[in-house]
Amino acid sequence: MSTHEIDDLTGTQTTGHEWDGIKELNTPLPRWWLWTFYGCILFSIGYTIAYPAWPLISSATTGVLGFSTRANLDADLAAAKAAQGGLLEQVAATPIEEIPANADLARFATAGGKSLFKVYCSQCHGTGAAGSVGYPNLNDDEWIWGGSIDQIHTTITHGARSDADPDTRYNIMPNFGADQVLDSAQIDTVAKQVASLSGIEGGAASDEGATIFAENCAACHGEAGEGMADLGGPSLTDQVWLYQGSLEAIKAQINQARHGVMPAWGARLGDTAVKQLAVYVHSLGGGQ
Amino acid sequence: MSLLEKHGVIERNASLLLVLSLLVVTVGGIVEIAPLFYFQNTIEKVDGMRPYTPLELAGRNIYLREGCYVCHSQMIRPFRDEVERYGHYSLAAESMYDHPFQWGSKRTGPDLARVGGRYSDVWHVEHLTNPQALVPESIMPRYGFLSQAELDYRNIAADLKVNAILGVPYSEEAIANAAADLVAQATVDGDTSGLASRYANARAADFDGNPAKVTEMDAVVAYLQMLGTLVDFTTYDAKANYR
Repeated sequence: MSTHEIDDLTGTQTTGHEWDGIKELNTPLPRWWLWTFYGCILFSIGYTIAYPAWPLISSATTGVLGFSTRANLDADLAAAKAAQGGLLEQVAATPIEEIPANADLARFATAGGKSLFKVYCSQCHGTGAAGSVGYPNLNDDEWIWGGSIDQIHTTITHGARSDADPDTRYNIMPNFGADQVLDSAQIDTVAKQVASLSGIEGGAASDEGATIFAENCAACHGEAGEGMADLGGPSLTDQVWLYQGSLEAIKAQINQARHGVMPAWGARLGDTAVKQLAVYVHSLGGGQ
Repeated sequence: MSLLEKHGVIERNASLLLVLSLLVVTVGGIVEIAPLFYFQNTIEKVDGMRPYTPLELAGRNIYLREGCYVCHSQMIRPFRDEVERYGHYSLAAESMYDHPFQWGSKRTGPDLARVGGRYSDVWHVEHLTNPQALVPESIMPRYGFLSQAELDYRNIAADLKVNAILGVPYSEEAIANAAADLVAQATVDGDTSGLASRYANARAADFDGNPAKVTEMDAVVAYLQMLGTLVDFTTYDAKANYR
């Protein structure tokens, strides 16, 4: 290789290329850049020793610092739990009925339940727990499976008609029309009877309607249609309707019943989380 | 400086530069990627993982066709905020039968790695049909047409076969019975003994609420309801699988 000439003006070596009399300067890399580059190479060697990096025969080096994202997560979760000052353990140890009586515990459980509700429940029951057609409103006084804190706790734990939990809340309203238990005239009569209980437009009480109601409906909805929480038979006397409160909707439900399914949360979230949820939901509209 | 002078030969020869660059990238790739295929600890030892049932696989194909992955990832990372929202972090074992996997960190909608069992079938159908009816603030598009579209499963056996070639443990028997298993899972009162023997814990149901036909909605809901539910975490040893 030929020795390169030095450019007179800048004192820098040229590359030796020449195009139409123009020569290219071979300006060296800035010193700061070059040393940073070498520094990075040195750092990377230290880094691969400290952290998991090099593939070996059956696994990779784990690094002298023992870094593990999964171990870090467990440490994070443990730290978060510790920051709650044992309140979570207290919730776990306290029977659900006694939590509201303890002000500190109730405040903690309500706050925890509120954030859990946003994550797991709001998609069906709504952010404000107002529900929608087919998904019960949790702010009102009507509770299909009972509104005491214990009953709410059971419902959240085992769900409703969940096929993943043998202890789930379960009932099935018969298809009175589709399965030909009642003919359409009878459905018409009893639907008007039901509608009359809460003053829905088109409702009309009649002796025949009362008889059909007593024979077919009262076993689950109560003799006066007041509802039976033990069987999950909703009250028919108030303005709260799961599948809309119109004569047509009542007829449709008697003809072919719709049934909601609620997942069983006990196995998924654990009892402590379910307790917090129960305390929060009970605080919304719970009662007896 | 003679070494640097020789480097000039590479810089002046485009073909040589290309070949040598390729060589460097190949070495990097082999060192970084190849070990994952022979390391014993890449995929955790877990109980409960099974290949997708034919109906779930058909649902997964629709999931890919509709581009659900553009907004939804299926990978819960091991961070507190993700684990508290979505559930246990995803394991490599949970996507070992995925071709291609559905990992990602770009989420417009929530992660779906553990959406299975979180909602009812009816909720999924209503939500896919009109997401805003249930979640007013949602920006998800509507997929109600899935309820109308009858599921085309003429190629389902071939689909299982391709997956078997890619390493998914579908037996000859599973491939032969693919179409029958698919229909059995989407029917309420069908004979599911074959399905149950080939696919543990496969839930048979009329997922879309329309018993008259097997629709694409059936397949998608069956797939969604299975996601993240297969691994038995009661027997999973977290400490042994620290990475």
